[in-house]
Amino acid sequence: MNVGEVDILVGLPTYNNAITVGSIVHTIQSGILRGFPRERAAIINVDGGSRDGTPELVRGVSIDDVRPASNLYALRTLHSISTKYASSPANGVALRTILAAAELLRAKACVVMSPESANIEADWLSKLLRPIYHDNFDLVTPTYGRHKFEGLLITNLLYPMTRALYGLRIREAYSPEFGFSGLLGTQFLGQNVWNDETGGAGVELRFTLAAIAGRYRICQSFLGEKIHIEQRGADLVPALRQTVGALFSALEPDFPVWSIVAGSEPVPTTGADQEVLLEPLRVNRKRLREMFSTGVAELESVFHSILSPSTLAELQRIARLGEEDFHYPAELWVRTVYEFAASYQKSVISRDHIIQALAPLFRGRAFTFLMENRNASAGDVEKNIEGLCLEFERLKPYLLQLWKSRE
Amino acid sequence: MREMIISELSQALHEIARSFAHFLPRVIVMLILALVGWVFASVVKVVLRSVLRLVKFDKLSENAGASQLLSKAALPSATEMLSRFVFWVAWLGFILLGVSVLGILGLQEQIARFFLFLPRLFVAMLIMFFGLLAASFFSRAALLAAVNANVPSPRVLSLAVRSIIIVFVLSVVFEELGLAEQTMLVAFGIAFGALMLGLAIAFGIGGRDLAQRFLEKRIVREKKQGNEDELSPL
Repeated sequence: MNVGEVDILVGLPTYNNAITVGSIVHTIQSGILRGFPRERAAIINVDGGSRDGTPELVRGVSIDDVRPASNLYALRTLHSISTKYASSPANGVALRTILAAAELLRAKACVVMSPESANIEADWLSKLLRPIYHDNFDLVTPTYGRHKFEGLLITNLLYPMTRALYGLRIREAYSPEFGFSGLLGTQFLGQNVWNDETGGAGVELRFTLAAIAGRYRICQSFLGEKIHIEQRGADLVPALRQTVGALFSALEPDFPVWSIVAGSEPVPTTGADQEVLLEPLRVNRKRLREMFSTGVAELESVFHSILSPSTLAELQRIARLGEEDFHYPAELWVRTVYEFAASYQKSVISRDHIIQALAPLFRGRAFTFLMENRNASAGDVEKNIEGLCLEFERLKPYLLQLWKSRE
Repeated sequence: MREMIISELSQALHEIARSFAHFLPRVIVMLILALVGWVFASVVKVVLRSVLRLVKFDKLSENAGASQLLSKAALPSATEMLSRFVFWVAWLGFILLGVSVLGILGLQEQIARFFLFLPRLFVAMLIMFFGLLAASFFSRAALLAAVNANVPSPRVLSLAVRSIIIVFVLSVVFEELGLAEQTMLVAFGIAFGALMLGLAIAFGIGGRDLAQRFLEKRIVREKKQGNEDELSPL
């Protein structure tokens, strides 16, 4: 198939997404017809070796199915390409394939969509592409409406730490959906992040950090409520690898960038900045605290290599507290995370082991967050998150001090 | 008669003096070799110590768990131990070279055997070191995985992994050193077999009910908790 050059490229990485991929491709086609009927557009599906016929379904989706329903017509041919990049899924390779395709097709604006979001709307495409195509932004990250207890790793670590270190208040620096300019895509394609020790895990975050470090124009766009098709409550360690592992591994090359940043600035945002949902949700808090206490007791020898004696002693003290008295304060949490980051750079033990060792401590922090915000309103939750962000910013000199002691 | 005794005595003294005169240069050569060896070994020790400090060998040794063993035995750091070991091996090598110059029959064969043994000793030490490193890495990986999966008694699991690897490494080390090969082979076979059989019996027969209860409890508990502990971290 000869596609030629395109104005807009939509990347859709998949792996065994037969249940949802058909409707998602329809939604994407509908989004293109509505928002960009005059532009040359293509959809590229990069598949990680699905065994459920996902690529066949993508190839089989016809735009004719969308037209009668929406009464929309494109003025140009909408190409849909499906390619298999490997026999097993790898986010890094998938994104690299999309970036290479974007460069080859000289796409002006690109967007990556996730097949795992259960509620993608046609206008998400416009929201992620329009700032790039019309307003010359280089990166559009999404913001979502979330339950106050969803995405705790984002609210308690990733957002506050990226904000404190890189100085930009980007709520979802790691997201499976984002838009970017061809220029940024080409620049990132040439970076040396594809073969590092993380194996491409969390490459989406590295993409955002590269955009910040390269001083590209970044904005946020509110998409709507985020609903995962699969609940991933148990997948904490892989989630830590993809986010915290990627962030920690970026800190060394980006040291000249983040070491001189003080404070933080907001980024332009279209739509709501953040929406917090408050409906009741049953959470097993007891188990979180138990896993924290067990982790602190059992991993003492590991923590000796990672944490300072005072931080470890404080963690051991709170691990002995009962459920009612338990409290993992923000300052201790920030010190813990910064000491983990410094130990990661020093490689005091295997870096992957350092990331894994953070999991029980994160559970302790999650427990405290749940308790603090049990009856909190949306405003109170935001206030608490803001307080944590400021703590990360306040203690940034401590991280710099740890960093310098390494040298 | 008296003259004969005097003659024999003087001849014997003459022989001793001649032998001593013949032997003395060799002793001097041996002493010189020992002295040169000491200087050479000292230089090697200093250089090696600097190199090991430069490559942070102590940290590697700490990761391998070797530092903890040395510290428990009130021994110096791994860098110091290795430097001293190399010093003594080098100096002993020179001393033995000097001794071989003396030309004492029987001793030369033993010295040759010692020099042939040295490469095997180095290889055995390397195997031991990397074995300890692997044991430390995999036992920590098992510990972390067990803690994060909320498996009961994670330290026991970690210790079992470490023990199995160390037993295996020790058997390889003894085989490399050629020490009681047959005995070690049989002992390893018995120990490893007993361990596996013990585990099989413990989990397959003895712990059947326990395993059943554990799995039931876990599955039922997970079903119970299925709707209340599914927070997405991302």
